[in-house]
Amino acid sequence: MTKINIKKIFIYLILSLITLLFISPIWIMIVGSLKPDIRVLTEAGSWQALFTTQVNLQNYADVFNRVPFGRYMLNSVIINGLIVGLGLLINSFAAYALARLQWPGRKFVFALVLAVLVIPFEAIAIPLFFLLSALGWRDSYLVQVIPFVASPLAIYLFYSFFLSLPKELEEAARVDGASILRIFFAIVLPNSKPVFASVSIVTFLFYWGLYLWPLLMTTSEEVRPLPLGIANFFTLPPLQWGDIFAFGVMMVLPVLIIFMLQQRWFVRGVVATGIKS
Amino acid sequence: MTIHRSLSIKREKFVALLLALPALTGLLLFIALPFILAIGLSITNLRLGSPLPLEIVGLREYIRIFSDSSFLRALANNVLFAVAVVPMQTALALGLALLLNQKLRGISLFRTMFFMPVVFPMSLVAVVWVMIYAPGPNGMMNSFLSIISLGTWQPQDFLHNPLFAMPAIMLTSIWQGVGFQMVILLAGLQGISTTLYEAAEIDGAGTWQRFKYITIPQLRNPLIFVVVVTSILAFRLFDQVRIMTLGGPRDSTTTVIFEAVKAGFDQAHVARGAAMTVIFFLIVLTITLLQRVLLKQTYQNV
Repeated sequence: MTKINIKKIFIYLILSLITLLFISPIWIMIVGSLKPDIRVLTEAGSWQALFTTQVNLQNYADVFNRVPFGRYMLNSVIINGLIVGLGLLINSFAAYALARLQWPGRKFVFALVLAVLVIPFEAIAIPLFFLLSALGWRDSYLVQVIPFVASPLAIYLFYSFFLSLPKELEEAARVDGASILRIFFAIVLPNSKPVFASVSIVTFLFYWGLYLWPLLMTTSEEVRPLPLGIANFFTLPPLQWGDIFAFGVMMVLPVLIIFMLQQRWFVRGVVATGIKS
Repeated sequence: MTIHRSLSIKREKFVALLLALPALTGLLLFIALPFILAIGLSITNLRLGSPLPLEIVGLREYIRIFSDSSFLRALANNVLFAVAVVPMQTALALGLALLLNQKLRGISLFRTMFFMPVVFPMSLVAVVWVMIYAPGPNGMMNSFLSIISLGTWQPQDFLHNPLFAMPAIMLTSIWQGVGFQMVILLAGLQGISTTLYEAAEIDGAGTWQRFKYITIPQLRNPLIFVVVVTSILAFRLFDQVRIMTLGGPRDSTTTVIFEAVKAGFDQAHVARGAAMTVIFFLIVLTITLLQRVLLKQTYQNV
């Protein structure tokens, strides 16, 4: 009995130590955002970096005064909302056509999905840049949304989920004369919540942090998203760490809230993407 | 009846095409077409602002790239990153997954904590870690190392020292990414049937033997996946480098994608940048094909 307890305590001790290592950079950021800028640096080398005696929101106010933070946030929300929303629609449509319907070109489209799945974005960034610049899409929301809506990974995840659904209900509805779209929205959609949740969360997580593409494609603050905002803010003199940390806290807050509320779907989504890709 | 049926088949074809069309257009226009263009551009001499007429020069850019010391250094850095980070991160992820795969109260809280850095955008992570790596004895990493080495650590300017810059970026990347590998392996662990372990215990197998003969073979596919994904990520390395070191000091942290962006955009040398991304694609493709072969072997063995 005591032997088991000692083992348990030991495991908890190790887990807590690792937690400390994992959490300290995040904790330092939160604490630092509440301190006057000067103290962030002078206290960085001591245990004081982990504590604050005051809660000062001046840094948060400074962020709004020094850069258009609200604009960055709005841009990120619009861009991500559109990528996720439009993506769910067209990728699940295509996946349903692939999984359940008979049509010419089905095999070709499926092969195309599998083929482009192995092409990482970085491999096509340069020609895509020139292609979309030629269309006059630079420095817009359009250029940050449209190229990412159709996703081979999302199609594949929807496709394998739809295949795993029992066919009987849909066939019965077909016999009763329901249209394909009606079957999709009334029968398939309500039974596919897990895959819709996983795909939206994984898509959102990925594009919330996208940095390379907006770096290449945008020049004005009106359309730039948060990742560029923080990278630029960080190079903007004077270097004030309290302000930077306040920016960071506000930038990650939306993802963190979704993560805390929807942790189950978050982890499931990541695992599903992992296993299937 | 037959007329009705053929009508409905026709309608099904029509609706299916309509449903697939938006996504199909997107995949063709924004992935397939630029991919073909990348290969096409890489065999031209296209350089923006150059007075020379556009012509096809075959593999010239590829040959030049492989005598460009910065690019060779970039390639070596990516390989070094993969060789160092893949085993470390996989082992760490496996260790964490094993720790978390126990029936203990509050275990899901620890899982949340270990996974949390994954939701942080890399741009933010990179900026925060620049602060952690601040030079001088007052820097966070420096004082941490000083404490655990009982004062023997000499303060370093990590990001401006060719010896330390790459390891610093590696550590940051592992911190941000290991939670992802961890949850995949944890899901794999939870999928292993307990009867296997019970049977082994009856047969008198110890902890190490159970780990070696049950856990590892049963985890083969998730492990292959984790190794492959981490290797691909090692070759995609860009955000951290761009924000933390700009490839320096003296090319010690430059990467293939960083060089491709430098050539293709900063120097307007489109053909060269395209050739670099084609090489990058070939590396990723090789890793992916390797994974397919390894997974096929698993099925044949079973």
